[in-house]
Amino acid sequence: MSAPYVVRDSMTMLRRNLRHLSRYPSMALMLIAIPVVFLLMFVYVLGGTLGAGLPVAGGGTRADYLTYIVPGIWVMTIASVANGTAVSVAIDQTGGMFARFRTMDIARVSVLTGHVLGAVTRTVLGLSVMILFAVALGFRSDAGPAGWLGAAGLVLLLAFSFTWLTVAMGLAAGSVETASNTPLVLMVLPFVSSGFVPTEQMPAGLRHFAEHQPFTPIIETLRALTAGTPVGSDGWLAVGWCVAIGLAGYLWARRQLGKVPVR
Amino acid sequence: MTTAHTPGAAAPGRLTAPAIEVTGLHKSFGAHHVLDGVDLAVPAGTVYALLGPNGAGKTTMVNILSTLLTADAGELRVAGHDLRRESSRVRAAIGVTGQFSAIDMFLTGRENLRLMADLTHLDRATAARDVTALLDRFDLADAADRRTLTWSGGMQRRLDLAMTLITRPRLIFLDEPTTGLDPRSRREVWRVVREQVADGVTVLLTTQYLEEADALADRVGVLDAGRLVAEGTPAELKAQVPGESTNLDDVFLALTGHTVAATDPAAADPSTDTTQEMTAR
Repeated sequence: MSAPYVVRDSMTMLRRNLRHLSRYPSMALMLIAIPVVFLLMFVYVLGGTLGAGLPVAGGGTRADYLTYIVPGIWVMTIASVANGTAVSVAIDQTGGMFARFRTMDIARVSVLTGHVLGAVTRTVLGLSVMILFAVALGFRSDAGPAGWLGAAGLVLLLAFSFTWLTVAMGLAAGSVETASNTPLVLMVLPFVSSGFVPTEQMPAGLRHFAEHQPFTPIIETLRALTAGTPVGSDGWLAVGWCVAIGLAGYLWARRQLGKVPVR
Repeated sequence: MTTAHTPGAAAPGRLTAPAIEVTGLHKSFGAHHVLDGVDLAVPAGTVYALLGPNGAGKTTMVNILSTLLTADAGELRVAGHDLRRESSRVRAAIGVTGQFSAIDMFLTGRENLRLMADLTHLDRATAARDVTALLDRFDLADAADRRTLTWSGGMQRRLDLAMTLITRPRLIFLDEPTTGLDPRSRREVWRVVREQVADGVTVLLTTQYLEEADALADRVGVLDAGRLVAEGTPAELKAQVPGESTNLDDVFLALTGHTVAATDPAAADPSTDTTQEMTAR
């Protein structure tokens, strides 16, 4: 391996990835549009009724519900962008670009770091849009800079971890169509967490699942950090899940990269 | 590198050792023996053609020699380096163009070439000059700044070859480089192969067409079900085929005593494309 070229090759790959983004902004826009639609739908269609069910003294309002679901929408945004990563990785795998890169004397890791850094860049862009959007709808936060810094850190960690997972999904998919479907589980799982309604209101079995799946501590931590309330044990659980998912994705991706695509 | 340089030409200093030395190469996918004890030697600066039907093991052979797959057994040296222990030095010396264009469809032709130049760590001036020269040479200059998604299949394949050449390989693998190409693009590929060899580059190509092996190769190896069943100059092989036929079926019948269809294990071979018909020519 040409060690001195790790940074240079990774930057070349990142430039390629960002060029794709600038060439096809519609794909990135689509991925951000989905969570925006969900946000609007949940707040304006369902928000009045669901807000009333929040455990707030005298029943919550539509505005309370907006505040409640914003962390869940952020997580969905990250998942949605990660979905795009799986697709672009699958295009490189099935289209032969990965095989071409692998026959070249380049820093091996750069083949994937381009995708990972590009995905994190897209996530930051998408989340910025989403935060501005939520604020425009009336989202307000009592958290100080420390809380927001913590939330930003967790969101980045989650983006990084989902990206590695979806890189692996894209490599394993075998076709672009499959690659665009498997990550949908990351879009659906937040619904079965504390993201949209408190888990206390779910039936026993579902509630047990919802309380113990990774999205609940992650969303609860984001909620506490942006509300300026104590995080408690959810913080460590959230970081732990992110690290575990990211590591599993990374190792899975490394295994998959060694395979030669069949055409 | 500041000296005058033909894009894609070999780096100064020809190979002295054989470009490819293979002894006892075995490769299986599950219970299917794709390569079953292949010995091969290709002198530097020559063209070697692997002739055989789908499923004979040609693509697996190229994948192993280009470091994409590892062999189960065998002594393998490529461009003077041990394939297993010095794979990154092997990669620095080789270029690969496969049966399907491996190009970035989201980028323009110029950007594709520039990407390869950047990954070869060429300096800016050299990269810019080589990109322009290759675009001209492959008759792609007019379309250079359009997305390759809109290009014809022949143009995409020519770009693929140009992307291989810009990395300045001393040894080029061409896996069925002309399958599915129109006659003009095919002759273009042939011309490029001859130019490369004139510059001292070694070429290993796989093909289903005897006429292609005849037109390009110094030596031809006939691969049948993972074994090299015949080897020689094109003239020597053709002498064994009755009549003037260059049909692979006839060649096979003459050289192996059976027809292609009788042995074609393509359906069981996960490393080759099975959709190409033998008669598609």
